[in-house]
Amino acid sequence: MTDQTNIAVAKRQEWMGLLARAPEDALMPLWDEMNTSPGFEWLRRPEVGGVMVRGRIGGSGAPFNLGEMTVTRCSLVLGDGTVGHGHVQGRSKRKAEAAALIDALMQTKAAGAIRARVLNPLAQQMQATKTARAAKAAATKVEFFTLVRGED
Amino acid sequence: MYVAVKGGEKAIENAHAWLAEERRGDKDVAELSIAQIREQLSLAVNRVMAEGSLFDPDLAALAIKQARGDLIEAIFLIRAYRTTLPRFGYSNPVDTGEMTCDRRISATFKDAPGGQVLGPTFDYTHRLLDFKLAAEGEVAPAPEGQPRSGSTPHISGFLKAEDILQDEPASDAAPGDLTREPMEYPATRPLRLQSLTRGDEGFVLGMAYSTQRGYARNHAFVGELRIGKVAVEMEIPELGFAIEIGEVELTECETVNQFKGSKVEPPQFTRGYGLVFGQSERKSIAMALVDRALRWKELGEDNLGAPAQDEEFVLSHADNIQATGFLEHIKLPHYVDFQSELELVRKLRREAEDRISPKEAAE
Repeated sequence: MTDQTNIAVAKRQEWMGLLARAPEDALMPLWDEMNTSPGFEWLRRPEVGGVMVRGRIGGSGAPFNLGEMTVTRCSLVLGDGTVGHGHVQGRSKRKAEAAALIDALMQTKAAGAIRARVLNPLAQQMQATKTARAAKAAATKVEFFTLVRGED
Repeated sequence: MYVAVKGGEKAIENAHAWLAEERRGDKDVAELSIAQIREQLSLAVNRVMAEGSLFDPDLAALAIKQARGDLIEAIFLIRAYRTTLPRFGYSNPVDTGEMTCDRRISATFKDAPGGQVLGPTFDYTHRLLDFKLAAEGEVAPAPEGQPRSGSTPHISGFLKAEDILQDEPASDAAPGDLTREPMEYPATRPLRLQSLTRGDEGFVLGMAYSTQRGYARNHAFVGELRIGKVAVEMEIPELGFAIEIGEVELTECETVNQFKGSKVEPPQFTRGYGLVFGQSERKSIAMALVDRALRWKELGEDNLGAPAQDEEFVLSHADNIQATGFLEHIKLPHYVDFQSELELVRKLRREAEDRISPKEAAE
């Protein structure tokens, strides 16, 4: 792969990951606000399934199967032939459809508007939640101090 | 003579209607929502996800509501639902080194880089009932510190650098999957871990406790315990690359265990590993202790005949759905089985009486 396609892949991974992890009630208001309903045809209608999550022994050793998680996926094609895929955590077909449409539109001229009005605010919201938790965790970090012993 | 019996439909239907009514309880008390269970009984939700072997907090909360709080019944509902899901595939192994830690402690290294972060723990509470919770009231916001970004290194990394901790050889060998093929013994360590992570918390805890009390003692220290979220990545064939498909909360426990060395290995510390869905601390520590006990053969240790060393015993009794299925089925109608047992006992008694009676007659 050329550097150019690597960059394109990295960008797509970033938005698809963001959409997959996004809480439905954070994504949907932003997407609805866009009021975009481009024509499309289903390549694969939304379906709910399970993915077996793997871990590694000791965090770094051989893989093992930990348990499944729910995932909803779908694929669609816009009128201009752009294909979008949605793979999102959970069981919401609405969210999977929005993710696939956004994935498709991000490959078109609409990308700038979608990034500004959906992806960026969404990423900010999710980062704020994450930072708030990290701040609370930081407040529970133990500060050790040594007691001066009374023997001279 | 075999007599087929039918009946009970009406009784069953009415029993289910009454169950629904009892589940709802007193209608003057507000009904529980799924969101309330998910948010306020989150450790129960975590247990149902871990033992139901499906990460989906809303589904686990629904199962708890439907099961009236009977967690094994809720786990049963999740397992049953799980079997209806098409399997999209396997994720890449999650990287717990990149976990966003809510909690991270080490019982072995006070000054671990990244620090001792207690998180929202029950530890150091006095275990006194808090009657303030019986009244409704606002909760004060938790204090905040300077948030740390960046990953928290695993404690095991520091010991490994010194080569005094056994290495876990990295590999990309596809592990066996007990949801696809039945367990066979001896089981590989990946299969043992899959079985333990979905095993009954009480059973795994009891087994782990038995090792601490001396049945195959393995002197475990909690080298590290961490709780937090990790991203889950999967290869998507139609894309040709991997993307994140979500994130899961996990509890990871690494124990550091005494090891005197064997014929082939120098004295060094060995490891037990626990990784469980959700905030499931007790379970992941117990899992690590049992994992370590089950490793006796590969570490060249003696078989002490302890229950926790017997993998077939441990793994074939750890699953509470298999266990409860078999246990509870004996309450269902066994009229025909019992009828034949009854006939047999009556016959044996008649024969015994016949043997005694002639003697009595002679006396």
